Amino acid sequence: MSKYTEDDLREELKTKEYEYGFYTDIESDTFPNGLNEDIVRAISQKKEEPEWMTEWRLEAFRVWQAMEEPEWANVNYEKPDFQGISYYSAPNSKPKYDSIDEVDPELLATFDKLGISLDEQKKLAGVAMDVVVDSVSVATTFKKTLAEQGIIFMSISEAIKEHPELVKKYIGTVVPQKDNFYAALNSAVFSDGSFCYIPKGVRCPMELSTYFRINQAGTGQFERTLVIADEGSYVSYLEGCTAPSRDENQLHAAVVELIALDDAEIKYSTVQNWFPGNAEGKGGVYNFVTKRGLCENNAKISWTQVETGSAVTWKYPSCVLKGDNSVGEFYSIAVTNNYQQADTGTKMIHLGNNTKSTIISKGISAGKSQNSYRGLVQVNSRAENARNFSQCDSLLMGNECGAHTFPYIEAKNKSAKIEHEATTSKIGEDQIFYCNQRGIDTEKAIALIVNGFSKEVLNKLPMEFAVEAQKLLEISLEGSVG
Amino acid sequence: MDLKEKLVSSFLAFENSVDVDTYAHDVRSNAIKIFEEKGFPSKKEEAWKYTSLNSILKEDYSVFPKQENALEYPQVKKYFIHDIDTYKIIFIDGKYSSHLSQTTHDGIDVCLMSAALSKPKYQLIIENYFNKAAEKDSLSALNTAFSQEGAYIHIPKNKVVEKPIQIIHFSTGNESATMLQPRNLIVVDENSHVQIIERHQSLTDNPVLTNSVTEIFANKRAIVDYYKIQNDKETASLIDNTFIKQKRESLVSVHTFAFGGKLTRNNLNFYQNGERIDSTLKGITIIGNKQHVDHNTLVHHIEPNCESHQDYKGIFGDRSTGVFNGKVVVEKEAQKTNAFQANNNILVSDKAAINTKPQLEIFADDVKCSHGCTIGQLDESAMFYMRSRGIPEKEARALLMFAFSNNVLESVKIPELKQRITKIIANKLGVNIGFDL
Repeated sequence: MSKYTEDDLREELKTKEYEYGFYTDIESDTFPNGLNEDIVRAISQKKEEPEWMTEWRLEAFRVWQAMEEPEWANVNYEKPDFQGISYYSAPNSKPKYDSIDEVDPELLATFDKLGISLDEQKKLAGVAMDVVVDSVSVATTFKKTLAEQGIIFMSISEAIKEHPELVKKYIGTVVPQKDNFYAALNSAVFSDGSFCYIPKGVRCPMELSTYFRINQAGTGQFERTLVIADEGSYVSYLEGCTAPSRDENQLHAAVVELIALDDAEIKYSTVQNWFPGNAEGKGGVYNFVTKRGLCENNAKISWTQVETGSAVTWKYPSCVLKGDNSVGEFYSIAVTNNYQQADTGTKMIHLGNNTKSTIISKGISAGKSQNSYRGLVQVNSRAENARNFSQCDSLLMGNECGAHTFPYIEAKNKSAKIEHEATTSKIGEDQIFYCNQRGIDTEKAIALIVNGFSKEVLNKLPMEFAVEAQKLLEISLEGSVG
Repeated sequence: MDLKEKLVSSFLAFENSVDVDTYAHDVRSNAIKIFEEKGFPSKKEEAWKYTSLNSILKEDYSVFPKQENALEYPQVKKYFIHDIDTYKIIFIDGKYSSHLSQTTHDGIDVCLMSAALSKPKYQLIIENYFNKAAEKDSLSALNTAFSQEGAYIHIPKNKVVEKPIQIIHFSTGNESATMLQPRNLIVVDENSHVQIIERHQSLTDNPVLTNSVTEIFANKRAIVDYYKIQNDKETASLIDNTFIKQKRESLVSVHTFAFGGKLTRNNLNFYQNGERIDSTLKGITIIGNKQHVDHNTLVHHIEPNCESHQDYKGIFGDRSTGVFNGKVVVEKEAQKTNAFQANNNILVSDKAAINTKPQLEIFADDVKCSHGCTIGQLDESAMFYMRSRGIPEKEARALLMFAFSNNVLESVKIPELKQRITKIIANKLGVNIGFDL
């Protein structure tokens, strides 16, 4: 093999197309484009929701109408036309399946292509899946095992019907309807999502995971996830997404709410690989997500994310450390290539005493992409002994991309200990030279370095997901990860 | 009538009182338009997120001081670095005080802005440099509109100015409240070297608002050391806008010692137009009571092989608030840039607050940029060590705080100034030790 240089890598990155960009032809039940109170009512009706939920949605819609799209993020994109989107689409073959054999074979083929055969997952990984294709969940597995422990894991629309008291009590408590423009929009029109409740003292025996896919032309996807870990419980929740390749911008505005009651722990991992647009920056998903968790006393919430897709990402998984001794963690790898833009980071709000937070963020930018870290660490005046450690490292590949850091640190208590550090660099010639000297070719060397750079975060992912994350890094930076 | 209207309407009167047929006239007229359009910045602007001007804008400032006030040297001696020989440009309530000053035209020009703006022999310099570095933000524009007096320093090629230059602005404020808008222009030509100490001092308990603009041009291989001492009364507020344009291989350092004032805002902007430039920004902030200090820095790396070093230390007591907003921009062409930024803070009181936002915007790949920022307390074990050796708590605390801020002090190149700052720090920390242990 001739010498593999960084230029070759750059060339490869440029020409690498989205591998998973395919489109499944399933008949869908789609609403006309546009959004008004009738559409909101219709969505609610379609989902056979109770009156209070309809009202809740309408309230959000009214707030949303008065709001403006936020402009502060370090991203440029063509504003979506909110009246040009259809707000509801559900696969047509609608009856619930009792077993996997009943699932539309074309759908199963889709999953095969993605390498997530349900059967295999069932047997090998021990992962229960609540599969979402175009907003409505069509298959739920391992429900029985979970039910034995009292764990509720179902789509949120089912939960609204079956456990209205839980949904009513917690929905919108962490991310209120009027929180921000996209959260309000989501609250008004969310089509489906997952609901999870872990009862007191239960340790969820398996990783819970959901795959989201956007699968219908011109359909925005508005997921709503609500995870409640009751006192002393533990759950690890995994979320991953891929989307088909297409020329028109798609909007994804999800809301995720996590509630960790006293002594509970939630681990929330995401691998995000929406279609990033082609090499010219055309198409690609707009990913505007609001994710937030609330920690009561001694609770812990840990966010881990691998962000490789989407044309525009706007995402700040946050922790409100309300209870004493609560812990918040954020581990992130964000990879941008071609014309991708990512503005991502976290917020750690320290309210209780002896609260701790850790932020590790790794940004890798290549091509003509822009990668920003934006974070907030806030220590309230009553939060004694708060502790924060933040580290944001950026790796630049090529001189047409950008890496930016916008950390906001606000401390109002003298006992707070906050450390923040950030570095930006490229892959060092000396590092590559060192590897070459020891017989490791440049391609391997780059792989080693990038891997080492993101290792701290990759290590935090659950085993099953770490494999997938590796795979996604591979797609985004093919040739550099071994 | 609010302050903005008052300023806009006083502009005509002001403009009539100064010479109309000059280059500066156009600059001023444009500037007032910008200010009129933008008004005073509010907290809604990202750059002013943590600093509100409302409390200081509500005063009824007199824009032109009505009378000239004389000060005798013994009265104000303590505000000078008096144990060394220096050039001095002294202003009292915005008016030049010739008997306190010591200016020169001998080889170098250390004189007045008003002279430079009106005399033809300075015309070329004014047209080339005046208002060429200042940003078009509303406060700088406001200063530009009223620019008339301040220090004018021009060091021609190959000169090492043998003694430092002191610029001191006193305000005596016999009137209720005073607003001052000094304007300084400093041009340092090739291979020259100059040291400047700047201070704003209020001598009254009436409110004083100073909105100052300083433009510094460092040409090829010039060396400029600039020291700002801000240890003012708690009725005085300062908005300091400093713009520095550097040409290749020049070295500019700015040290900001912020020890007081009601509200202090330092907008410090460096623009590097050339290769192998070195910029240093350092600061110590020690405040208490309800004081507020905001450091807003920008280093714009435009060309390759340049460096910048930022190091800001802050100690905040009582109900004081501190802000650090440091921005480093590295343009695509600015390969091989080394940019470092550190901001360390100690909160001494539960009522004090610190907001810090170190920002990096990087468009070039072959760079080394880092920033670090900490908020913490004094090391208890170090305190214990000293106390177990008989050092009283207060002194031990002061020693640790001094050590904390020492690496900023170390790079001060004028020994007498260093001593003076050390004394001010001792004073601030309420101890009577020399720190030269």
